[in-house]
Amino acid sequence: MSVKVIIPTPLRVYAGKVESTEVSAKTVGEALGQLTSKFGDLRKHLFTEDGKLRSFVNVYVNDEDIRYLSKENTPTRDGDTISIVPSIAGGFV
Amino acid sequence: MANQAQLKISPELADKIRAHGAQTYPHECCGGLLGRDTEVADRRVCREIHALHPLVNRRDDSPNNRFSVTSQDVLDAEKAARQQGLEVVGWYHSHPDHPARPSQYDRDHAWPWYSYIIVSVANRVPEEMTSWRLTDDRTEFECEEIGLQRVAS
Repeated sequence: MSVKVIIPTPLRVYAGKVESTEVSAKTVGEALGQLTSKFGDLRKHLFTEDGKLRSFVNVYVNDEDIRYLSKENTPTRDGDTISIVPSIAGGFV
Repeated sequence: MANQAQLKISPELADKIRAHGAQTYPHECCGGLLGRDTEVADRRVCREIHALHPLVNRRDDSPNNRFSVTSQDVLDAEKAARQQGLEVVGWYHSHPDHPARPSQYDRDHAWPWYSYIIVSVANRVPEEMTSWRLTDDRTEFECEEIGLQRVAS
């Protein structure tokens, strides 16, 4: 299953400066795993040390937020587009 | 990236960030920095801010010491940037009654590559403004020099 993964601007420097890449995957988790195998420097920015997707990393399959689907077990079909979209947070203390 | 060290912004846009911080005091303000990177000598990159994209702080539960920009806000900011031939190159926020230094919370939630401008606002009066970038290994923020000068469009 060929799936397109769109890489957010702040992470493109860790992915050969490409805007997107194609991976072969049956689930979102597999797609992200292949993405980080292909571009190892992305891993620490997408996942915590214990392998969980960071809270400010939002993943969509064809505009559907995977939090409202089956999270990383969300199935993907040939031709799907996975978008990684940042959310931004901060503050003092 | 850590070897990019200068951010250019016009005094007028810098004043708008300060004014936003004063306006939302004692809550944190936030917004997008729209601009572009230009390669200068020795493969160094100069980042220029051409416009702001002010946002509403989504942290209703703790707006005094937190700010939040949703993924939809980010997509809207990216669209606004594209319409002006620009990119979202960073974000700004205020620290009410606290120094313009990134907190551990700022670092834990930061993305690399983006510039993070922080303005300190003391008793509704904007004070120091700084800019920071997360290092590639996520262990620290590096201070980025702010060049206050007119930016050619």
